[in-house]
Amino acid sequence: MIAIYKRELYSFFTTPIGYVYIAMFWAVSSFAFCVTTLLAGLDSNMGSYFTYELIIIALMTPLLTMRSFADERRLKTEQLLLTAPVSLPGFVGAKFLASYTMFAGTFLISCINLPIMFSYLSDYYLYHYNVVTAMGSCIALLLVGAAFISIGLLISSLTENQMVAAIGTLTASAALLGASLANNYIGFAPLRAVLRWISIYARFTGFSNGYFDVASLIYYISFALVCLFITVRVYEKRRWA
Amino acid sequence: MLKVENLVKKYGDKYAVNDISFTIGDNEVVGFLGPNGAGKSTTMNMITGYLSYTSGSVTVDCFEILDNPTEAKKLIGYLPEQPPLYPEMTVEEYLNFVYELKGCTLNRKKHIMEICEVTKIVDIRGRLIKNLSKGYCQRVGIAQALVGNPKIIILDEPTVGLDPKQIIEIRNLIRSLGRDHTVILSTHILAEVQAVCDRILILNKGRLAADERTDELTELMTGTRRIVAQICGNRKEVLESLRALDCVSYAEASKEVHGTDGTVFKIESKNGQDIRKQIFAMCAEKNMPIIGMETVSASLEDVFLSLTQETARKKVKAK
Repeated sequence: MIAIYKRELYSFFTTPIGYVYIAMFWAVSSFAFCVTTLLAGLDSNMGSYFTYELIIIALMTPLLTMRSFADERRLKTEQLLLTAPVSLPGFVGAKFLASYTMFAGTFLISCINLPIMFSYLSDYYLYHYNVVTAMGSCIALLLVGAAFISIGLLISSLTENQMVAAIGTLTASAALLGASLANNYIGFAPLRAVLRWISIYARFTGFSNGYFDVASLIYYISFALVCLFITVRVYEKRRWA
Repeated sequence: MLKVENLVKKYGDKYAVNDISFTIGDNEVVGFLGPNGAGKSTTMNMITGYLSYTSGSVTVDCFEILDNPTEAKKLIGYLPEQPPLYPEMTVEEYLNFVYELKGCTLNRKKHIMEICEVTKIVDIRGRLIKNLSKGYCQRVGIAQALVGNPKIIILDEPTVGLDPKQIIEIRNLIRSLGRDHTVILSTHILAEVQAVCDRILILNKGRLAADERTDELTELMTGTRRIVAQICGNRKEVLESLRALDCVSYAEASKEVHGTDGTVFKIESKNGQDIRKQIFAMCAEKNMPIIGMETVSASLEDVFLSLTQETARKKVKAK
């Protein structure tokens, strides 16, 4: 399992994908940071920065997960991994951890601007945000990332084409993220409730307003676990088909 | 060492592998032989635990592959049909990865160097796999199967894409591996199994058509003595007189011998006896000059075809 994790992480840096991901993530999130805080003056709002981060994470995780299983299948290297003394959950877990390490590392380094900002700005400019609420939002984003990565891995395990995996993941992530946005056009209340419940974006509003919403965190974690579980089942099923 | 019992793999209603049973002992080199789609790769994939089976069992050294996959897989080195290589890694990085993946405990540097030496890839250790030729990829694939010194080595068409010199080297390698490993290889090249294997399992349409020792099979093939003779004279007459001989079970005229009035005849004797003298005597008597005569031993191809066609014929009859 450690071997698969190491190789996976290594492959991010022997192909351009890792560099592209890191560069794009930092560029876009720094831009969002500047726009929502430094350049916004009195309108500056940490909450909207974290909401932007949420959208950036949703749009960029397919880059990390699209290859994971799809490429393995295309190159037939999964035959090596699945005939090696490694369990299926170990195999899927290693893939998840590798993508997650990339994501979390990139994200945490991009957070370096927060302590710098906190040391310079007065509370007045920070609206109702302080160090603790910002940390809460970071934790939430780390778990949101896990959810997006696991859905990406699930979709990657269903195809052998990277592009299909990427576009599929993008669609799924967008749908999950914005499920509640459709509520404006839906008259049926129970459906609205379900969409609100599913929507990662709607569940994040608590954090962007400075609340630490434990229920949402549990939702993100369980969502990730369910996706990973289904991925294991996909592999199990393919062996039996 | 390896025991396969009543192995069945169904895809929908179609049988990919249908009720195969065999046992392979220690240090045996066994060849899987069969036409395309016979179920060789499927069987290998099931033995290695990549695919599961509909029914039956595969036991590797007392570990059932589905019940104890981790223990069983540790004993097997596998080269699939397409070598499972990561193009963006160098050969050495790749072998190190496989070493870790299999959780080996041998001396890493020494072990990998040894494998590189046997598979003759020492010089290309530092190169990226994507830049390697097909032959080298195949060898790296074999090297990968050897990592960890597994007791059983399973090679799916190991000599595909190699040049004749490399094929001979790989065959020698397989033979030397057979001294202290159990080797299973699949191929559709008959000469290969004949050259390398102690035992041949012939698969056809998902069924085991034959399970013979190579030398016994060779004996079987040389048993019916066949003769190719070039005899001058009227084609029809010669053929009739040949068929009239008691000791001839079958005779057929094929092409004419260029520049003479002779014809090439294919003759089979009864009970595998040597009938060259009888033919000579008969031809001398009837003044039909023999301008050439040689015995031909049936090739594995013939045995293979007759075996596979037999099972097909049986099926037709059963219907």
